[in-house]
Amino acid sequence: MKSPPFEYARAASLDEACALLQQHGDAAKLLAGGQSLVPMMAMRLLRPAWLIDIDEIAALKSVRVENDGVRTGAGARQVMLERDAALGARVPLLHQALAWVGHVQTRNRGTVGGSLAHADPSAELPLVAQLLGARLQLRSDKGERSLTASEFFVGPMTTALRPEECLEAIDWPAWLEPRVGSAFTEISARHGDFAMVSAAAQIALDGDGRCLRAALGLGGVGMTPLAFAALAARLVGARPSETDFDALARAAAAQCEPSDDLHASAAYRRHVARVLALRALREAHRDAERVR
Amino acid sequence: MSEALYPIRVEVNGVARTAQVHARLSLVDWLRDALRLTGTHVGCEQGVCGACSILLDGEAVRACLMYAVQADGHRVTTVEGLAAPDGTLSVLQDSFCATHGLQCGYCTPGLLIAAQALLDANPRPSEAQIRDAIGGNLCRCTGYQQVVEAVQLAAERLAGGGR
Repeated sequence: MKSPPFEYARAASLDEACALLQQHGDAAKLLAGGQSLVPMMAMRLLRPAWLIDIDEIAALKSVRVENDGVRTGAGARQVMLERDAALGARVPLLHQALAWVGHVQTRNRGTVGGSLAHADPSAELPLVAQLLGARLQLRSDKGERSLTASEFFVGPMTTALRPEECLEAIDWPAWLEPRVGSAFTEISARHGDFAMVSAAAQIALDGDGRCLRAALGLGGVGMTPLAFAALAARLVGARPSETDFDALARAAAAQCEPSDDLHASAAYRRHVARVLALRALREAHRDAERVR
Repeated sequence: MSEALYPIRVEVNGVARTAQVHARLSLVDWLRDALRLTGTHVGCEQGVCGACSILLDGEAVRACLMYAVQADGHRVTTVEGLAAPDGTLSVLQDSFCATHGLQCGYCTPGLLIAAQALLDANPRPSEAQIRDAIGGNLCRCTGYQQVVEAVQLAAERLAGGGR
């Protein structure tokens, strides 16, 4: 279908975008890459009176690789991150996840902030944000706020963003242990389509192969992307084995609350969640062991 | 309710075009209905099928997932822009014919654009890279194999100096 009618305003700066949001509030939606919003408009799932285009704001497109992580502007295109080797070296999980995000044509337009603000529980970048504990910088006419991913994601397609707020930047923390490995995997009908289930893991080892830190996350099996910090912490202190990974994957899958839909039953999703969690843990561990 | 009109200036296949458009007019509808560049096809209108792929500032994008007003100030290449001005097919287009990389032709403009973007960035792609590059384009006829062969053939011919 065609989008319903709306008024269009192109913001030249973040200040202007915030002023327009303050003025129009709930009647306005921000338009960036449009790879989620425009289909929803075409399906008439949304009928905002105003679209405020923030896609031409250069300040939102910066990508800065720092010692302790990466700061991406909310408007940075997914393809910019994909092609950034320094970013891939600092936060490899972000790079690994991007290979599963949509298709070439959608990554060329789609933005990092757009994916997070859309908050699809099966989307890859929200899962990475949740697993790494990324911080999201929000701005409005009234000031700034900083939220962790777990505070930001509230439910399916629902975030803590207020109607007058704009996502400005995201801080993706790097793990600074010397031996860190990560992995991302998922199952979908066609590579690049919406994941039925996705899994991500990151593991840090010491020189003897003992686990210093571990993280595991699952997408598509709950109201938001899920991170299992308490479960993953069980790996810390020992040399993790296949048995440990299997127990962790089972425990995480048991905590999921997947739902049925046209593409997969809840039982299938729970099964696949266990299988993919195991694969991600195994691969992240192997990846960490490769670092000498 | 009368919808507002917004002025745009877009370079399409090397020609500067100006227009007044409604905000909700998709880029693909503007290209097809206003400029009569009907080579770009409309499939799903929701970003799934890839038939409407165009080059925006040299990068492949879905023209159904952009409003024409967003193309203001940008450069667009449609499938019409791939062939020579006299209509002679490009090496890539001719390779699609040579390998039977199309049957009904509905998806072909989008596949050509996706393949062109790939070859522009990577003149000697691997088979895996070709499959990844066309992964966002649905084709119900070919089974994709001949499309992959077409892109391989085009890469070989271009590396060999053209034909």
